[in-house]
Amino acid sequence: MFDQLSDRLQKVMKFLRGEGKVTEKNMAEALKMIRLALLEADVNYKVVKDFEQKIKVKALNQDVLDSLTPAQQVIKIVRDELTEILGGSDKPLTFSSAPPSIFMLVGLQGSGKTTTCGKLAKWALGRGKNPLLVSFDMKRAAAQDQLRMIAGNLKLPFYEMTSSQMAAPEDALSELMKFTRNRGYDLLLVDTAGRLHVDEELMDELRLVKNILNPVEVIYVGDSMTGQDAVKSAQAFAEKIGLTSVILTKLDGDARGGAALSIVSVTGMPIKFVGVGEKFDKLDVFYPDRMASRILGLGDILTLIEKAEQEADQEEAEELARKIRKQEFTLEDFKKQLGHLKKMGSLSGVLSHLPGTGPFKNLDKV
Amino acid sequence: MGIYNLFNMLGNLREKLAKTRLIFKQKFDELLLSGKPRQETLEELAETLILSDVGMAIRQKTKKAESSAGIEAALKEELIRILSRFPSRLSLNAAPGVLMMVGVNGGGKTTSLAKLTHRFQEEGKRVLLVAADTFRAAAQEQLAVWGKRLNAPIIKGQYGADPASVVFDAVQHFKSRQLDYMLVDTAGRIHTNTNLMNELEKIKRVIAREIEGAPQEILLVLDAGIGQNAIIQAREFLKFSGITGIFLTKLDGTAKGGAVISIADELGLPIKLIGTGERETDLLDFSAEQFVDALFA
Repeated sequence: MFDQLSDRLQKVMKFLRGEGKVTEKNMAEALKMIRLALLEADVNYKVVKDFEQKIKVKALNQDVLDSLTPAQQVIKIVRDELTEILGGSDKPLTFSSAPPSIFMLVGLQGSGKTTTCGKLAKWALGRGKNPLLVSFDMKRAAAQDQLRMIAGNLKLPFYEMTSSQMAAPEDALSELMKFTRNRGYDLLLVDTAGRLHVDEELMDELRLVKNILNPVEVIYVGDSMTGQDAVKSAQAFAEKIGLTSVILTKLDGDARGGAALSIVSVTGMPIKFVGVGEKFDKLDVFYPDRMASRILGLGDILTLIEKAEQEADQEEAEELARKIRKQEFTLEDFKKQLGHLKKMGSLSGVLSHLPGTGPFKNLDKV
Repeated sequence: MGIYNLFNMLGNLREKLAKTRLIFKQKFDELLLSGKPRQETLEELAETLILSDVGMAIRQKTKKAESSAGIEAALKEELIRILSRFPSRLSLNAAPGVLMMVGVNGGGKTTSLAKLTHRFQEEGKRVLLVAADTFRAAAQEQLAVWGKRLNAPIIKGQYGADPASVVFDAVQHFKSRQLDYMLVDTAGRIHTNTNLMNELEKIKRVIAREIEGAPQEILLVLDAGIGQNAIIQAREFLKFSGITGIFLTKLDGTAKGGAVISIADELGLPIKLIGTGERETDLLDFSAEQFVDALFA
């Protein structure tokens, strides 16, 4: 993800390092490069302008110019600003103090709400929650079936909602809440119909559901492949419905991801997760600072270590170390180790987390 | 199509694109009436184009225009030229005809397929639907609901089954019943997933082996909201499955679909159809003049 943008920005960083001294002239050149890189990555025009302005003011500050390594200082400024644009620090999803917590997913058609619903359910399960899934999508063909099948795959309960019930939404929703409480579910995941933000009627319906349910999280599910329009729709949802979080989907492709940068910056809503595949465990926590480092080619060792910890069994690792020390390491162990290595994903995936490995990223295609 | 229908369609397209048009139009009027020097006008024009997701390469072409006033005309002319280089009519005109829908997840493949089914049925054709998405939950049911609604027969497969084998079965059914058109819905796939892209190639091969000259049409479904990733997607889908054109969906919002212009320009792929809503009737033929006119009118 963010490959293209990353390439372009790393070139700017290289250019700045090569210049040594920061002057008004080479800064202007660098800023132009940054601007083009961001625009080509679908970052919103206004966001780009702001970003450029902020960096300019900070970079041409006397402290930076007088420092021994002005180029490094500028790179730090760019990273800090990029982190800021991506949402500053990471903020986890909130659960209500009094269960059940209600998460409601909203967004345009085809952004991936229903799949994300499944992913969130799986994530919540891993945190000891007891989720119930429900879909208010009466519009799209087989939308109810889709969530029911997802729930089935995850061996989770699915609450059937019919369009005749939804004719009296207040009653239907209070019935749903009663069911949730009585059965002791502590998390209600609510899927909604996809809609274009210009569809007033549907936006009203969504607002109604939100007002009755009063969810602790209203999550906007956005497609990372969206262009300049990303901002408009996210903004419309934020204004008309009120959002608390963003989940960005389809980041496993080569989308330039500019939509991500814009949505946070325009709506002020933090990105909590990114979807990186169709399977239910393909949901990564979003860390603005780590992402900023990765985009700039400064590496993201933390995520790599966490991933390794997730895949490897601590006891097994110790056992392996003991075997190697005692020279009992067999082909069987070697095979196991290769297996672990494979679980970490492709070599280029691992490399993308290490600093300075930009030139090697296409290694697996050689 | 009679002249009345044509006008009707034109009006319809204008209406559907009204939201898009307003924003575009406003920008351009501001630009053209401002009497600013050329450089400034060009910069603002660039901004407008960026906001419509038109790619960098296209933006550079507009710089050819000499005067500020000539810019709009030059831009229109250039866009129409780019968009009409290749015929945008469907080349599905004789039975047995096969059309495949491909694209990334959530673009609107299934809904678009339903729209085409409705259109072909209106023309008196007997259509067979094929649900070759055996991966996504309820993808089969989604197409089945449409099949029932439109009263079209459908061939389904088991979840997890090889989509190529579903398509093979469908072809046998299609041939033995001597139906007119077979429309194949495929699973959404991100174009960087080589395995899944190879699967498309396999589906295509199965069809080509069984019916000479088929599939006549392979349409890449693109969401009008898409950004600069559109061209990369089109390139990859072209490489693996040999797409014949673009089906641009969700043009009833504020998104402008400007990204498809680069596709037409760089890959020479025509935009054939546009989707403007969720009903089976919300389908229009693409016409470069109308598209560009509707943006500026």
